[in-house]
Amino acid sequence: MTTQDLQPILQLRGLRTEFRIGGAWHAAVRDVSLNVRRNETLAIVGESGSGKSVTALSVMRLLPETGTRHGGGQILLEGRDLAALPEKEMAVLRGNDMAMIFQEPMTSLNPTMTVGDQIAEAIRQHRRISWREARALALQALEEVKIPAAAERFDAYPHQFSGGMRQRVMIAMALACKPKVLLADEPTTALDVTIQAQVLGLLADLKEARGMAVVFITHNLGVVAQIADRVAVMYAGQVVETADVREIFARPMHPYTEALLRAMPRVDQDTESLQPIPGAVPAITAMPAGCAYASRCPLRQPRCESTDPELAQVGATHGVRCLVRAESAKVAA
Amino acid sequence: MSSAAAVSVRPNPLWQALRKNRLSWVGVALLLLIVGVALLAPWIAPHDPLQQNIAYRLDPPSSDYWLGTDSYGRDVLSRLMYGARISLLVGFVSILIAMVVGSALGILAGYVGGFVDQLVMGLVDVLLSFPALLLGLMVAAMLGANLHNLIIAIALTEIAPFVRVARAPTISLKQRDFVEAGRALGFGPWRLMGVHILPNMISDVIVLGSMWMASAIRTEASLSFIGLGVPPPTATWGGMIREGFENILDAWWLVVFPCAAILATVLALNLLGDALRDAIDPKLRSERS
Repeated sequence: MTTQDLQPILQLRGLRTEFRIGGAWHAAVRDVSLNVRRNETLAIVGESGSGKSVTALSVMRLLPETGTRHGGGQILLEGRDLAALPEKEMAVLRGNDMAMIFQEPMTSLNPTMTVGDQIAEAIRQHRRISWREARALALQALEEVKIPAAAERFDAYPHQFSGGMRQRVMIAMALACKPKVLLADEPTTALDVTIQAQVLGLLADLKEARGMAVVFITHNLGVVAQIADRVAVMYAGQVVETADVREIFARPMHPYTEALLRAMPRVDQDTESLQPIPGAVPAITAMPAGCAYASRCPLRQPRCESTDPELAQVGATHGVRCLVRAESAKVAA
Repeated sequence: MSSAAAVSVRPNPLWQALRKNRLSWVGVALLLLIVGVALLAPWIAPHDPLQQNIAYRLDPPSSDYWLGTDSYGRDVLSRLMYGARISLLVGFVSILIAMVVGSALGILAGYVGGFVDQLVMGLVDVLLSFPALLLGLMVAAMLGANLHNLIIAIALTEIAPFVRVARAPTISLKQRDFVEAGRALGFGPWRLMGVHILPNMISDVIVLGSMWMASAIRTEASLSFIGLGVPPPTATWGGMIREGFENILDAWWLVVFPCAAILATVLALNLLGDALRDAIDPKLRSERS
């Protein structure tokens, strides 16, 4: 690995995104700092409403302009702060340097255009080439995502494709301009398990082949184990724990991560041993002053409800946002 | 190619609706007949529509003049045939203009939202608050009576429904995942509106067009009837009724045949419009993915 590989391509520093609710601004994403390097997959895990999708949309600057705003922090793509870029330059980057794939393959393609033309259109958006050349590149892109008989299916419409095949088309579209960063927002959630495994394998291969940085958003820890190099666990708009994938599964530090792992079904254990997490995520209009997880936490101490914990380093690549656990880690060290 | 076989899996909804709805065939046949007559008028009209012949004025239908002659001795059948050209031309072109301008405004209003939306919809409400005939009358009277101004006046009266019909689906389409995905690929707003939103709602606009063309033809006839249409001696259906009106007690054929022609055209367009509407109505359509 060269030093260039170690430099993060995408770097979030203290990102804050706010929503306007009932006339006041509330943070949906708070103090999120993450790094993704070349040829690395960072999985962002969390339950619904934890801010993982908002984080990705903030990076792409795709949140609606009314009712949302950038509340602070930097989004550095190879050192350039995207948060400060004018929309025009941002549009040049989207689909070119960074691309995004979405959860719903059934509705993410234009039903009135052939898949080939849709991919070619995406290429022509960023490259000054003829339709003929763009279509040739689009066909290559379809072949790269392993669509069987790609040449024959090139002029077919999206409704003639199955969900898994459509997600492959989406991936082909997103990757057609060879982006450096791919943001994947639960791309396999709507697919059944066998197709899911195929698509995950495909994404891993493409990441490897191109040395892309991938941010993979999911709520499925099984998927995390399969695809991620590093993991960031999000809760109530904050990153509560970040570590290498092995570390997260072997030595989870944050009580929320532990609870998530206990709530995950496993082949080697009876499903009756699954433990749901009591309570619910606090509403973004009613964030507690202290730790956001305190109300559901078995380790809760009085100070947890008044002090908002920092993301503390407890290992070389391991950080945890928990007063109790950060302290015990320090003592152990 | 295998995709050709796959395409046939989804039958053309338009064709299906036409097949199911027998009455629509009457509309199609009638419309084809009228359009055919209008196109071929110079070759199939038995007489010159402008040729006056005092010797034959107000002649009842006969073997020579099938539908009789008017007060100048002009052949009513030939004038009807030529009148069809004006009616269809005005109806088609004005609806085309209303369709293009109206749906462009509707998409823009729906996509941009906010102030632009309020402005456009406010204008639409103003337009809708006038009866079509009154608005057409005002514009035609202001601009002066000729073919161009007539088309513009009628187009203006028909814009409002197209704005509405284009705006509503735009608001839902712009939140659809594929538009969002397009934005994530760097597509600009014009491309998203033109390539990704418009084709997904164009069928609604076209159906509305076929329905409102009947209304445009009615408005044209009405304006011609009150003398604000294409000026005489050009043959127009509305103008023929007006001229015939003066002799209605002596020469019934002067009024009855142009009325029948207008009725037939409006009926044909409505029957076709109903069939087209059924074709895109999701409740009547088995699958739409």
